[in-house]
Amino acid sequence: MITFEGVTKRYADGTVAVDDLSLEAPTGAITVFVGPSGCGKTTSLRMINRMIDATGGRILLDGQDVREIDPPTLRRGIGYVIQQAGLFPHRKIVDNVATVPYLLGWDRKRARARAMELLELVGLDSELAGRYPFQLSGGQQQRVGVARALAADPPVLLMDEPFSAVDPIVRASLQDELLRLQSDLQKTIVFVTHDIDEAIKLGDMVAVLRVGGRLAQMAGPATLLSEPADDFVREFLGRDRGIRRLSFIPAKDVRLVTAPADLVVDASGRPLGWRGDGGLLPYGTFNPERDSLRAALDAALLAANGTAVAVDEDGRVIGVAPREALDEVLGQYAARYTVPDPEDPYEEGGHQDTGHQGAGPEDPAHEDPAHGEDPHG
Amino acid sequence: MNWLIDFFSNPANWSGPGGIPVRLLEHLEFSVVALLMAAAVAIPLGLWVGHTGRGSLVVVVSANAARALPTLGILVLVVLIIGVGSTWPVLIPLVLLAVPPILVNTYEGVRGVDPDLRDAAYGMGLRGPQVLFKVLVPVALPLILLGMRLAAIQVVATATVAAYVGLGGLGRFIMDGLATKNYTITIGGAFLVVVLALAAQAGFTLLSRVAVSPGVRQFR
Ligand SMILES: Nc1ncnc2c1ncn2[C@@H]1O[C@H](COP(=O)(O)OP(=O)(O)OP(=O)(O)O)[C@@H](O)[C@H]1O
Ligand SMILES: [Mg+2]
Repeated sequence: MITFEGVTKRYADGTVAVDDLSLEAPTGAITVFVGPSGCGKTTSLRMINRMIDATGGRILLDGQDVREIDPPTLRRGIGYVIQQAGLFPHRKIVDNVATVPYLLGWDRKRARARAMELLELVGLDSELAGRYPFQLSGGQQQRVGVARALAADPPVLLMDEPFSAVDPIVRASLQDELLRLQSDLQKTIVFVTHDIDEAIKLGDMVAVLRVGGRLAQMAGPATLLSEPADDFVREFLGRDRGIRRLSFIPAKDVRLVTAPADLVVDASGRPLGWRGDGGLLPYGTFNPERDSLRAALDAALLAANGTAVAVDEDGRVIGVAPREALDEVLGQYAARYTVPDPEDPYEEGGHQDTGHQGAGPEDPAHEDPAHGEDPHG
Repeated sequence: MNWLIDFFSNPANWSGPGGIPVRLLEHLEFSVVALLMAAAVAIPLGLWVGHTGRGSLVVVVSANAARALPTLGILVLVVLIIGVGSTWPVLIPLVLLAVPPILVNTYEGVRGVDPDLRDAAYGMGLRGPQVLFKVLVPVALPLILLGMRLAAIQVVATATVAAYVGLGGLGRFIMDGLATKNYTITIGGAFLVVVLALAAQAGFTLLSRVAVSPGVRQFR
């Protein structure tokens, strides 16, 4: 756990970048710092690994004041990923990834073996290991940056707008990859972004900062969407808050009925389309086990008759959700207004120590954005 | 062209203490020693100033001022102060000539490394000297070697002044030819200086190929 206790940073020129910031980034969860440009996100992040020293307050890493730790030693135990990847241009990819293991005195063979392992983990072809950074695309470089940060298996990972320099499609896949990695590795991650959608997609907890380095609100993504603390947060969240909340409502509560004969399926039970006068009509599917209400609604809107087709993991039809069924769930949540944030990932594991609400790797907040957009997926 | 053939085909020019091989070696010796001495001063200083940012103004200003120093003037001054009889009168001006390009290029090379890269290096947990030697130097190496190459060419061309104080080198041919109005010798000597300068250039280009990482060569 990373604890900020009344942390202030006043630069030499008098700029107060961070002002009396107090918050907790829970162990094993992704905490996102989000806010407009210049609000002190980078400064806050860099005070954790002492790339910048706070001028007031304390930052505790599992209870220990980071100021008591010699900076290089501290940093070797904290993964750090920056926007432009910051790879060493003169070193091959494999040696870039092995940077911290080398620093920790691992022998070359072991460090390189570990680096190869990590390249695979972040989804890079082992063929790239012998290349130099300039021979990689921006997205690949970012993956290497993540692999390098993870090489010595640090418990904490700091990421400063790591995906903002790549195009939206690559960004989305890097985000999905991060969530996949995180579900295996359960690192304590502090992630900085100015993109609220990225914050909501990735964050178990989201800290919204306002200019001047003050905390505007800290909450789980669903709570943030439904209960913004003030006008600043509301405005920063942007439009469609209601619709975006749907991503956090699991689709498993949707009442399913038996698929009507009008739904044509193939031999293995996968949908082909709705029977129409001149042939098959379009349909949409969702997976109630995995998807959110947003995906279910999307599936309904894709079909001419407004009925969403529910499928299992293998894409076989298990029923359909008529409009009334979707409406029932919507009504439930609209009435309750508050969407519960997903459960703490470590509730069962006994690691829970903050009493906050954070999302686990399995929860729909994470799974959904990847799948919800593509019900045919 | 005929003059060159005359010069190189005359067996008298090849033998004895005044022959081509001896003069060439003398010239090479002054050049190499001066270059090494200059590098020993300029590279560490350039690295330190580039890495710490301390004293950069002083370095740039004095390096530029040093460029304006007349080599021959220095040579005469050194002779007046310490007299002839050692190689210092030729080495000191040559070192003064070679320091500025090496110093300025080393400094610029280190200072010019992408701040994000430097930042990432510290962020990974490298200590100051590790950042310098494991990251900044390899990345700045093309510029450092460029500085060495420029210095080497200037030194080789200027080492002819050694002849003024009776220290030999290829400058002898030039001066002797002028004194005896035997211009074949002058031109032959000048030609050898040019060849040596080109060889120095080629040598450093080759060194860059070997020493600079392929990952960095792309950037320059
Ligand atoms: N070295 C510095 N000296 C003085 N002021 C600084 C320094 N670094 C940052 N600042 C100021 O501190 C404030 C916060 O900067 P910071 O880089 O933390 O913002 P940020 O939230 O990361 O912004 P962005 O989204 O643009 O990256 C800004 O007003 C910035 O101008
Ligand atoms: Mg920033």
